[in-house]
Amino acid sequence: MKRALAAALLAIPLLAGAQPVVYDKSEIRFVSRQMGVEVEGRFRRWKASVDLRASDLAQSRVDFDVDLASIDLASEESEAEARRADWFDTARFPAATFRSSSVRAAGPDRYEVTGKLAMKGVTREVVVPVAMRKDASGNAVAEASFPVKRLPYRIGDGPWSDPSVVADDVLVRARIVIGK
Amino acid sequence: MESRFVALRDYSDCPDSALLGQSPPMNAPARYGRVAMLLHWMAALLIAAAAGLALTMTDLPLSPAKLRYYAWHKWIGITVFLVAAVRLAWRSYAPPPPFPHAMPRAQVLAARAVHALLYGLMLVIPLSGWIYSSATGVSVSYLNLVPLPNIVARDKALASALLTVHQALNLMLATLLVVHVGAAIKHRWVDRDGMVSRMLPR
Repeated sequence: MKRALAAALLAIPLLAGAQPVVYDKSEIRFVSRQMGVEVEGRFRRWKASVDLRASDLAQSRVDFDVDLASIDLASEESEAEARRADWFDTARFPAATFRSSSVRAAGPDRYEVTGKLAMKGVTREVVVPVAMRKDASGNAVAEASFPVKRLPYRIGDGPWSDPSVVADDVLVRARIVIGK
Repeated sequence: MESRFVALRDYSDCPDSALLGQSPPMNAPARYGRVAMLLHWMAALLIAAAAGLALTMTDLPLSPAKLRYYAWHKWIGITVFLVAAVRLAWRSYAPPPPFPHAMPRAQVLAARAVHALLYGLMLVIPLSGWIYSSATGVSVSYLNLVPLPNIVARDKALASALLTVHQALNLMLATLLVVHVGAAIKHRWVDRDGMVSRMLPR
């Protein structure tokens, strides 16, 4: 199962001109609220295909495939729960995908990436604000932070759908480092 | 029997007594005052509730109920801490009634020691729970209103050690409460010396 998934992730066609992602410096984290308390997590395995060029925004694109079973939470018990049918249902829906449809400038070193975020068989359009900067070694760092509502995706279904226990809003924070 | 150490007192010098009814707010001789009684029984109920939740929640499979019970357990624990702190402040303002002269010295010392340990545990156990929660990576927010800072960073080994500490302290508390309640039962039904009625509203 894991191997098949890895193969599937690797099979994302590399776009012409795609920029190299430095995975060990990049991360996809999220913050959810449980009983009023922020709980952080992240995904250990994901793959991105990034082609962000200020000079050619029309051709720029950002695609993500996130291996949902690779979720990292406070405990193994919560990770196992997150893979179950009420949550991500990773047996049936192993990956979350984002496919950008347009990238537009939103100020100096700022962009707005519009695209389709698909999870658990539901696809919704999201607009992701991205800030670009350079790190000490000259890599380009793209940072994005945007809210995702979990309930429209039926993530945390059944008894978990009560937003007073786990809030509907989940803040996704991504930092993608693109090598020179 | 009781008249041996219940000193009679004229409450007319206490301006609140008329408004508050029979028990004056300050500790009158030989009886705890209203505030001390209220705080004592609040602590008793809160500790019982926290213990009941603790024994239920830990064995539950991960579920919304489990998350709710853990949050409630933490909120109640923080409240126990606050009540204990207020009680200590109140004790210094309105000292508790002295032990009856007839009570053997050893018993007085034992009672004092148990009370001191109970206060200590009511303060230390919630703190140990807070540090433990920090170590598991789950922050605490009192009543969803007051976010508490994490005392330590997320650390699995530390968390499991702190859980053992939290449990050991609670075992101590349970043992001391058996002694505390056992002594109350002895005073009430064996010695029949009126000690327990000092903490009971008339």
